[in-house]
Amino acid sequence: MSLSTILMTVFSTTLIYAAPLIFTALGGTFSERSGVVNVGLEGMMIVGAFSSTVFNLSFGNVFGAGTPWISLLIGGFFGLLFSLLHAVATVTYRADHIISGTVLNLMAPALCVFLTRIFYNGKGQTPVIDQSMGNFTFPGLANIPFIGKILFTRTSLIAYLAIFVGGASWFFLYRTNIGLRLRSVGENPAAADTLGINVAKYRYIGVLISGALGGVGGAVMAQSITLNFSASTISGQGFMSLAAMIFGKWNPMGATGAAIFFGLAQSLPIIGGYIPILSHVDSVWFQIAPYAITIIVLVIFLGKAVAPAADGRNYIKGK
Amino acid sequence: MLHSRSLKGLAVPLISIAAGFIIGAILMLMFGYDPIQNYQNLFIGSLGDIYSLGETLRNMTPLILTALGFAVSSKAGFFNIGGPGQYLMGWFGAIVFALNFPNLPTVLLIIGSLVCGALLGGIWSLIAGFLRAYFGTSEVITTIMLNYIALYFINFAVKNWLASKGSDSSPNIVKKASLNTEFLQKLTNNSTFNWGFFIALITVFVIWIYFNKTRSGFEVRSVGLNEVASLYAGVNVKRTIVVAMLVSGLLAGLGGAIDGLGNFQNISVSNNLPSVGFNGMAVALLAAENPIGIIFAALLFSALQIGGLSISVYSNTPSEIVDIVIASIIFFVGIKYVFEAALAKNWRKKQRKTPDGGMDK
Repeated sequence: MSLSTILMTVFSTTLIYAAPLIFTALGGTFSERSGVVNVGLEGMMIVGAFSSTVFNLSFGNVFGAGTPWISLLIGGFFGLLFSLLHAVATVTYRADHIISGTVLNLMAPALCVFLTRIFYNGKGQTPVIDQSMGNFTFPGLANIPFIGKILFTRTSLIAYLAIFVGGASWFFLYRTNIGLRLRSVGENPAAADTLGINVAKYRYIGVLISGALGGVGGAVMAQSITLNFSASTISGQGFMSLAAMIFGKWNPMGATGAAIFFGLAQSLPIIGGYIPILSHVDSVWFQIAPYAITIIVLVIFLGKAVAPAADGRNYIKGK
Repeated sequence: MLHSRSLKGLAVPLISIAAGFIIGAILMLMFGYDPIQNYQNLFIGSLGDIYSLGETLRNMTPLILTALGFAVSSKAGFFNIGGPGQYLMGWFGAIVFALNFPNLPTVLLIIGSLVCGALLGGIWSLIAGFLRAYFGTSEVITTIMLNYIALYFINFAVKNWLASKGSDSSPNIVKKASLNTEFLQKLTNNSTFNWGFFIALITVFVIWIYFNKTRSGFEVRSVGLNEVASLYAGVNVKRTIVVAMLVSGLLAGLGGAIDGLGNFQNISVSNNLPSVGFNGMAVALLAAENPIGIIFAALLFSALQIGGLSISVYSNTPSEIVDIVIASIIFFVGIKYVFEAALAKNWRKKQRKTPDGGMDK
């Protein structure tokens, strides 16, 4: 295999696996920047994966090749609805954020498999979708010598979109008024409150955006990788996204970069076979690598105080 | 006074349990299933006869231990989500020991396997505890990461070291290493009930003593309440963090080891983290981390899970309904502030009505 083909395979596989992680990690960033810890990303992804798959199966013959893209929006919508549970519990009812996030992780697989059995004759998994997200070749750009083949041929369009959303999220959080306010309630809600910023409102916004993005992330997983929904469609990607968010220091650009890195790590067991040096290494090391590296990086490079200052703390007026 | 306080302590879990069952019932009604019939099947299927009772008690054994493990770290102020990984390590350790030393005398074999499993679980959480104490690394993240490392490592180890070629599970352990003896099988109509249940009960008692009567247990609780104050009082905070996480992992590991010896008799490759780790968290949260409360909370969740199996046998209601009930219960436990506020309001109202006091029931 030629070098450019190997690189193309590595690059596109990385992007395919990174896309769900990027969306979800960005979701986590929004929630935690507003001060609500979100260990429920896994649950939000499950809801997104489930709802998008059901939509795709039901309307695949109506919307044709556009179905998976509409499915992403559906996944995002239901992810947002589901995250309302987290927002209500933590912001309005002062629940411990981690307990509430755990509830999402317990509730999502239970509810979604329950509904899967009702919709699909008692089976625990849905049929495979007909309209899935294929690969994409950028017209024009693909003709650039060497780079065109590696970066823009038979690659993942949704991953490029995810990276764009990463940049847009950074702009939103760091260059707009709403973004600044959202971050301020995550750093010092009391000070934000005295300036007339509605702490609860911005925390709701943070959590709901995170639900929508987590839902999209789960939908991407189902529409481009697993192609159906079952209890094991989302197995740890939510937690990996949480890790990517922390790895990226709660910054959208950092989270995007970390998610791409995890995508590379996840794709290693698959592409390892094609690469001469790596084909002798057992795939278990590639599977373990992203998690082990996260721990090592956390220990060596990140101290404690990088999370938003009020992350995980309920704001009770007058206290 | 004490009496009314403990009653109040029970109010939140009881309201949450009732609310969880109501949510389940509403959902069943929405999809045209009969909630009363299903709850009845659930009750009979979990506690109705000696066989079901045996299954329920067996299923609650690892729940008690993973819940205790979660409770210990939580008392010290740490959130050990590593239960699933520590449980897996415990299961793996026990099976490896039992497979390697089948010729040991029965008692030594069983004790060795349990200790080996518990230690592996303990080491797994010790890593997170050590990093937390000396580097300030968030134990939430490290335990999540360690869960997946355990999962993939054990899958690899089972496939390459324990299982015969092409198989996905290890051979069975020798019969004498099993905690599920003929005597107990006869007693419970061939259920999987095993001696592990009694080990778990003894462990609950030991942990209760640990928290309430030992210096180390007191230090763990004091660090959980106020790290800085404990430091001033001369508690070695770093060591206490490490100890709390170690004990936490030992317990979850013991849970896995007991399940390995008593229930599975071997270990297989798994796609997902074992749900018992997360359900243990749910048990501990419902019990407000009280060791005695954990027994009852584990009984409830275990009965729900075992009874859930018969729900789908006797009707076409998906058995996942019980997991929805469990998640709902924890949701209501999480928003206990609402109930507490309501109760407090009620309490104040009553107090106003009877100004001379005397409302202390």
